[in-house]
Amino acid sequence: MELVCPAGNLPSLKAAVDNGADAVYVGFRDQTNARHFAGLNFTARNAGEGVRYAHQHRVKVFVAINTYPQPAGWTQWQAAVDRAAELGVDALIVADIGVMDYAAEQWPDLRLHLSVQGSATNVEALRFYHRNFGIRRAVLPRVLSLNQVRQVMERSPVAIEVFGFGSLCVMVEGRCLLSSYVTGRSPNTYGACSPASAVRWCETANGLETRLNGVLIDRLEANENAGYPTLCKGRYRVGGRVRYAIEEPTSLNTLPILPDLQRAGVAAIKLEGRQRSPAYVAQVTRVMRAALDACARSPDSYRPEPGWNEELAGVSEGVQTTLGPYYRPWQ
Amino acid sequence: MTQPTRPKLALGPVLYFWPRGVLQDFYRSVADTPIDIVYLGETVCSKRRAMRSEDWLELAAMLEQSGKQVVLSTLVLLESGAELGALRRICANGRYPVEANDMAAVNLLAAAGAGFVAGPTVNIYNARTLKLLARQGMTRWVLPVELSSATLSELQAARPPGVETEVFTYGRLPLAHSARCFTARARGVTKDDCGFRCQDYADGLMVSTQEEEPFLVLNGIQTQSARTFSLLDRLDQLQAMKVDVLRISPQSRHTERIIGLFHDCLSGRCTAAGASADLNGMAPMGYCNGYWHGDAGMALHRSG
Repeated sequence: MELVCPAGNLPSLKAAVDNGADAVYVGFRDQTNARHFAGLNFTARNAGEGVRYAHQHRVKVFVAINTYPQPAGWTQWQAAVDRAAELGVDALIVADIGVMDYAAEQWPDLRLHLSVQGSATNVEALRFYHRNFGIRRAVLPRVLSLNQVRQVMERSPVAIEVFGFGSLCVMVEGRCLLSSYVTGRSPNTYGACSPASAVRWCETANGLETRLNGVLIDRLEANENAGYPTLCKGRYRVGGRVRYAIEEPTSLNTLPILPDLQRAGVAAIKLEGRQRSPAYVAQVTRVMRAALDACARSPDSYRPEPGWNEELAGVSEGVQTTLGPYYRPWQ
Repeated sequence: MTQPTRPKLALGPVLYFWPRGVLQDFYRSVADTPIDIVYLGETVCSKRRAMRSEDWLELAAMLEQSGKQVVLSTLVLLESGAELGALRRICANGRYPVEANDMAAVNLLAAAGAGFVAGPTVNIYNARTLKLLARQGMTRWVLPVELSSATLSELQAARPPGVETEVFTYGRLPLAHSARCFTARARGVTKDDCGFRCQDYADGLMVSTQEEEPFLVLNGIQTQSARTFSLLDRLDQLQAMKVDVLRISPQSRHTERIIGLFHDCLSGRCTAAGASADLNGMAPMGYCNGYWHGDAGMALHRSG
């Protein structure tokens, strides 16, 4: 299985390459990608440097152009596709049908991967993108169980990439509007969920309050860790109780099931976290490289080393890790 | 200036899990309203099987006899082989047009050469997407609920011939879908043993902030806005933009009266201001229309 690692900037890209990535994925410094955060991502110039560095080390570069352009912004997405193609990248990670159609027509030799933001959870949806745009690979949304991943794999016309580690979306990606309901900006339209510009932290008599465009997302006691106030991971009142009504802040960790994913025929494992530091990228890449190598050598006797889990737990959101949708304790 | 043609009124699929008898009574009363198009079917959770497909088809026939155009709506989130099987049967029904709410349905309907409606969860954000899906057989599309009137204007200008535009104009906004059932979670049961707890909440289960501000509504695997989206006071603008169909999303009470108010405004029997005053109290948590103005969805812009 190929190891696909996040890179929000050049130091992260080098950290991924140096620690065993097979491919890195990056975005340009604008709303054409789903990690549109201040200070993050690549200009055409340093993307060129990144591509050179990766290719010198025989590592592939994928460019995420995985948000949904509206008519007013269309030319920006078109320019991003052209720029990526001219840089000689190995694949585009795309979500929008219009963008895919443009890329397939303009750059027929450029490989297309369907982004998780493309929201394809089943084989018929994959057939649509394969039939119309010749996509070669798809990243599955983080809602499917391991058995459902297997079912998709059995009949999929394209190779399948799944998330192996990182922050989790509990909603099916590409069709979640919670962020724009509160802030006017969503992953689809703007490339960010619960954008930092809408976040306010305030120390009050009731504890540390986090607000998103004025809406109270959570209230933390002194002994609680303050994670990023992603709105689906806030505590709300439902049925008379205050609780994580939608999802606890946890991270996905698939170390225990790598042999199952390998046997199912998964082509690539993706690590989440383009917004994280180069140190994070180095650490998760190194751990996952060791795990994937061990799994490839002997899947039957593979066991995650305790040290790996500890290292990953140390960089996880909310400190806990989970198998997420693959094994569903809530099913 | 030419008189803009009057848009048709559509009733979206019932998003909640209502008992079979309640649903059948509801549609019997819908048959007597001035609604033009009725979308039928379960779009949220495949476990909700109180209505068998024969029951839906019976309702479809009854509504058709009352002069309504019937469209069969499909599931938004398809995960299992069984769900795909059910989807294939709906797409191959041969009698009623189908609303595709996922690309799986688009693929099946396009391959079969059947015309289809692209529902609000098919992401049509730009003209190139609109044109491509029109070539695949799309005859009507529903504007994704997070898009603004400014974006709609540009898409209307680029709209291919023969494609109708529908806008979600009334109801709680469907905002997200998950594999996980949040109603089951709130009630402390697993999804497999949910006991259909969502049937206890005819309009969904309220989620408030810790400051008691109504925020979201849990409807099984779907999350909705607590506030009701309404464009009743923007009918002139919708008509000027040549929107063909206005969608009203069903709620457990007052749906027939809401249909009536839209119809009266469109036929000039009452003013938007008067109708908006009449609407007061029909949305328990108040209204929003921010998306239409390019703002946060929960915001409310007053007319005038």
